Amino acid sequence: MDATILSFLLLDGLQNGVVYGLLALSLVLVFAVTRVILVPIGELLMFAPLSLVWLLEGKLPGTLWLALALGGAWALMDRGRGALLPLLGGVGLFLLFLVAQGRPFLAHGAAVLLVVYLGVATYRVFFQPMRGATVLSLLIMAVGLHVAYQGLGLVFFGPEQFRPAPLLSGEVMVGLSWQGVLVLLFAALSLAGLYLFFRFSLFGKALLAAAENRLGARLSGIRPEEAGMVAFGIASLLAALSGLLLAPLINAAYFMGFMLGLKGFVAAILGGLASYPVAFLGALLVGLFESFTSFYASAYKEALVFLLLVPALFYQSLRARTVEE
Amino acid sequence: MKRWLAALLVLALSAMAQEVLKVGVVVSATGPAASLGIPERNTFLMLQEMLDRTGGVAGRKVQFIILDDASDTTQAVRNTRRLVEEGVVAIIGTTTTPASLGMIPVVAEAKVPMISLAASKDIIHPVDAQRFWVFKTPQTEELMARAIVADMVARGVKTVGYIGFNDAYGEGWARFFEAEAKAKGLQVVASERYARTDTSVTGQVLRIIARRPDAVLIGASGTPAVLPQRTLRERGYAGLIYQTHGVANPDFLRVGGKDVEGTLLPAGPILVAEQLPSTFPSKRVALDYIQRYEAKYGIGSYSTFGAHAWDAWLILKPALERALKRVDPAKDLAGFRSALRDEIEATRNLVATHGVFTFSKEDHLGLRFEDAAVMVQIEGGRWKLERIFR
Repeated sequence: MDATILSFLLLDGLQNGVVYGLLALSLVLVFAVTRVILVPIGELLMFAPLSLVWLLEGKLPGTLWLALALGGAWALMDRGRGALLPLLGGVGLFLLFLVAQGRPFLAHGAAVLLVVYLGVATYRVFFQPMRGATVLSLLIMAVGLHVAYQGLGLVFFGPEQFRPAPLLSGEVMVGLSWQGVLVLLFAALSLAGLYLFFRFSLFGKALLAAAENRLGARLSGIRPEEAGMVAFGIASLLAALSGLLLAPLINAAYFMGFMLGLKGFVAAILGGLASYPVAFLGALLVGLFESFTSFYASAYKEALVFLLLVPALFYQSLRARTVEE
Repeated sequence: MKRWLAALLVLALSAMAQEVLKVGVVVSATGPAASLGIPERNTFLMLQEMLDRTGGVAGRKVQFIILDDASDTTQAVRNTRRLVEEGVVAIIGTTTTPASLGMIPVVAEAKVPMISLAASKDIIHPVDAQRFWVFKTPQTEELMARAIVADMVARGVKTVGYIGFNDAYGEGWARFFEAEAKAKGLQVVASERYARTDTSVTGQVLRIIARRPDAVLIGASGTPAVLPQRTLRERGYAGLIYQTHGVANPDFLRVGGKDVEGTLLPAGPILVAEQLPSTFPSKRVALDYIQRYEAKYGIGSYSTFGAHAWDAWLILKPALERALKRVDPAKDLAGFRSALRDEIEATRNLVATHGVFTFSKEDHLGLRFEDAAVMVQIEGGRWKLERIFR
């Protein structure tokens, strides 16, 4: 191996790693606040670029109807004043989609808003009613939703991949495209944004409090339902934006999201599903490890990446205390 | 009296019901192999319409019972059992190799002839007690690998690299391609794998480029085959790039765009039917299929995969006609199925869309290399006939 190959592999690993990192942060956040392991995050990630492709071709994507249906269910469950948010959101989303067809700038925004709306509605309709359930029940629900969303993805978008045009074309230097730079920049901005949000905004602090101690947060006037929605909203937002930025590099398809989410999950596990910085570093480690194993032993890459879980879980189990459910 | 009438009615009804020849079809209309299975299903829907219009085979109605296996082996096996119980005379399918392999013991036990639409040679080779009942229409990897290696030799390629799926498709290609390449004196300098769902293949591609092969073969199917090719181009690889016939669909061109310009691939002759010389045996049949399919599903909608399904019917139809002369399926279903199998095996020089079929006791693929494979190049976003082997 020479220096060129080494630098290419490092760049490649970094680019993959930051995306796993953002997914890992989302997973940790959602788990801390709601105890849901958000398995369908990969599908949410893919829905954004696929919906965008449909919009640019002047068609309404099936995900719009899915989001509106869930929004309708949300409004029914929240009868009264609470129904205002989903109803207004749904109508606004629908109108936005009507005007965004074939207009790239609006279409990008519409695709992101769609996924955020879908993510929040998913929490409200499926997870909020069972918020008292065990982690296992919540996980089973999440896996069920992953299977359902993936199946719907096939119905909505067909079996093949799509490649939206990159926002910036061309290469900075050999091995690093401008689009790749955008991905790295976006990851850095998101990290800074999340830090500021949790450190300085009241909402962010409330979210952290709800994650730390549900009962205590409740006593000091923080509604756990709201915290759950915000957590899902942030996770969907990060997923949608990463999806849009990644799609020109990796080609989007209904089946592509799960693996991304799973590798984000491996990283989140490396951080014990609790620590944000460790999860992000873990994600970079997964990305780099993947890049180097694909060079040295491509046939065993997947197996080796998931083997990373074993020492992490072993370490966790050694220092685990009994945690009450 | 009433009872007699009722009995007569039942007899008449059952006689009418038995007039219908049921043909079972299993395809992967959903799941990962859906891009192959959907045109196959469409072909049978089109055939059903045609047969309803023209009155079926030898005066009997034909009914296709089409079941979806969702690209899943267990589901394919379950469907096969259901079809056997329905009393079908033959089973066509399924789309994928693993599921087709799973169906073999079921049809062999029930003694029902089966025509698979999947690629692997393992489905029909060797013709043992179970595969006695099994035929197939698509070209094997072995046959297509021969076309690729012949093309490489003709272009003076000495060293090749391989990157393929880490599943049955990619492994099958690795096995047959590497064996054929070695036999013809080519040196395989790299053999890498990647997953359909991979988002980056930089590592594998760097390893291949470091070995400086004259040509690279990508053993993958559908749109996921674009990623290695784009990465090769982005990293400055200037040699020849070969793909397999698994990419011969319009979606590959759509996603690949200018990154796949100049790609060489082996294909069934139907892919470039219009460009074939008029002496090419399957040209007329292929054009006929394309015209019918496009009349129903739109211009440019046909794919080589649907044509495999059409070929299966082209083989089955005359075999049914001959078997009907020997045995009446209404009286002896088991005897008819067995006679039908013998008649399929007796198929000689049957011109279909992908080549000319001649089955024998040892050969249940029946395709001759020269008639069943051509080399195609992508030029200006279209398939261009590059080389024929006749």
